[in-house]
Amino acid sequence: MSSPTQFPNQWMPLRRLSDLFWRQPKLLLLVLLLPPLAWFGIVYLGSLLALLWQSFYTFDDFTMAVTQQLTLANYQALFDAANYDVVLRTFVMACAVTLASAILGFPIAYYMARYAKGWQKGAMYVAVMLPMWASYIVKAYAWTVILAKGGVVYWFYNQLGLSSVIDALLALPSIGGNSLSTSNLGRFTVFTYIWLPFMILPIQASIERIPANLIQASADLGATPRQTFSTVILPLAFPGVVAGSIFTFSLTLGDYIIPQLIGPSGLYIGTMVYTMQGSIGNIPLAAAFTVVPVLIIALYLTIARRLGAFDAL
Amino acid sequence: MHIAVEFQQVSRHFGGVRAVDEVSVQIMDGEFFSMLGPSGSGKTTCLRLIAGFEQASAGAIFIHGVSAQGLPPYRRDVNTVFQDYALFPHMNILDNVAYGLKVKGIGQAERYRQAEAALDMVALGGFGARKPGQMSGGQRQRVALARALVNQPRVLLLDEPLGALDLKLREQMQSELKALQKQLGITFIYVTHDQGEALSMSDRVAVFNQGKIEQIDTPKMLYSQPKTVFVADFVGTANVIRGALAEQITGAAQAFAVRPEQIRLGASTSEPQINGQVADIHYLGASSRLALQVSSGERVWVTLANDSAVIPAIGSALTVHWPKHSMVLLNETAS
Repeated sequence: MSSPTQFPNQWMPLRRLSDLFWRQPKLLLLVLLLPPLAWFGIVYLGSLLALLWQSFYTFDDFTMAVTQQLTLANYQALFDAANYDVVLRTFVMACAVTLASAILGFPIAYYMARYAKGWQKGAMYVAVMLPMWASYIVKAYAWTVILAKGGVVYWFYNQLGLSSVIDALLALPSIGGNSLSTSNLGRFTVFTYIWLPFMILPIQASIERIPANLIQASADLGATPRQTFSTVILPLAFPGVVAGSIFTFSLTLGDYIIPQLIGPSGLYIGTMVYTMQGSIGNIPLAAAFTVVPVLIIALYLTIARRLGAFDAL
Repeated sequence: MHIAVEFQQVSRHFGGVRAVDEVSVQIMDGEFFSMLGPSGSGKTTCLRLIAGFEQASAGAIFIHGVSAQGLPPYRRDVNTVFQDYALFPHMNILDNVAYGLKVKGIGQAERYRQAEAALDMVALGGFGARKPGQMSGGQRQRVALARALVNQPRVLLLDEPLGALDLKLREQMQSELKALQKQLGITFIYVTHDQGEALSMSDRVAVFNQGKIEQIDTPKMLYSQPKTVFVADFVGTANVIRGALAEQITGAAQAFAVRPEQIRLGASTSEPQINGQVADIHYLGASSRLALQVSSGERVWVTLANDSAVIPAIGSALTVHWPKHSMVLLNETAS
């Protein structure tokens, strides 16, 4: 029998340190997590809390000055007809964009997760993410040209002899307008285009996690494909849909570029914050407006949880 | 007796790979039929062909006389117990079991009543409110069984259902499955790579190798009269003796098998015998297994009961013999 190997007992600080971490795994965890936790705590949550706090400050309309006197007036102001209109307009658009993204995104995500293999899968990932690599401003401006009268969309419909379809759509109340680029329909189109990848990727990830044999088991037990979709695939993919809809919903709620470039006049929450903060300096009201999306998302998550969206997680 | 499932020259190719290669088999109604083979031998693909998860590349499959050609899984009167259970994680146990009834449009009260009865049958009454994640592997296995049986299929397909369980539980489930099959009288088609499991439970066993069936027989015949080298080797432990050594013993070059427990110590004038040196001894509890190295290099396994003879020491020279009738002549491949 040979004697057990003797490890050299030299003074090696790095080895000592790794030995210490091996004996005290919680210490290692603490060292690793402290910087990101500090970053999250101070930069993200801290600034959010500061924002929340400032939404209770007082703005003096005459002197245009902010005083640290606490008030609920900013939140009351949200319910003024003009401000309430802004919230409602943004909310309806965010709902429409989210719904459209989910309906468009689900089949693409499903195909990517279940059918695409090898190079095809890689190509689909690139295709979905490629638009995100281009500047957002450039894409928004490009759409103003695409949707303008004489733009490529009008030209295309003319070629097909379907220009009357555009006219009919634009004649519809509330979604229509003078041209595609100045209608709510156009704004909705651009929002959906810009945020669709944020819906596809989480749904794709959630569908990919559904074991194939659950779908086979469902069919084996006599469920038609439609039944399997509604009772197995959709409930299990729902967390992905919820995750994706949080992106599309909150990104639409907070956007201030697209409402300025495409669609009719009328402020959105984002443009309202931009105006209040930038031009007028009414930071308390801007802060109150910013709290609205946070509350809406919180409410949405609560409802989704009640519906059992996260049961399968 | 009716035929429950019939394969006529069925093949399933994946690209250039013949996963199932011209398989023909008739499985009788009410039979406990096992498909036994190593992984990649085509047994699971055959099961999936019956379930409808795969389509045959060639040949015809009949389930109770009806061609399964182009029939999707949800239109086949068979149910499957999956290897990893495949329970729906977002439903509780009762809803899992009632699922097949639900999609057929049976009302809630009735389907819950039947699901409760099915859970009682697998000794899981009262567990309906739990989620699959809260059950142990053995319990999930029973749920999967109840979920399939509640639909009263005429054919139940089981894909290595006990593979993930530990030995004790597996043995217990084996006898429960066998009892359940007897009680219900439905056809069980059971896929396994565990030859002990196949032998102990089945009425008949089909041994698969490289996409083909090597032999279909009762467990007893399979063990005592293997037809090919592969079957002799895969089912139980066998000394497969071929080539020059076979010629030296029998006078013919055809391979033959002799089971280690048939071999006796000592020389014999009337029976076949062989000389060698004890190379290794494995202690197995009730018995010991000796590896006898013969001069041509092959090893012959000899099983000795530990209570009887003195076990020879490693390195000692040894002569063994066996009764002529215990030798089984083997074909190299299935004809």
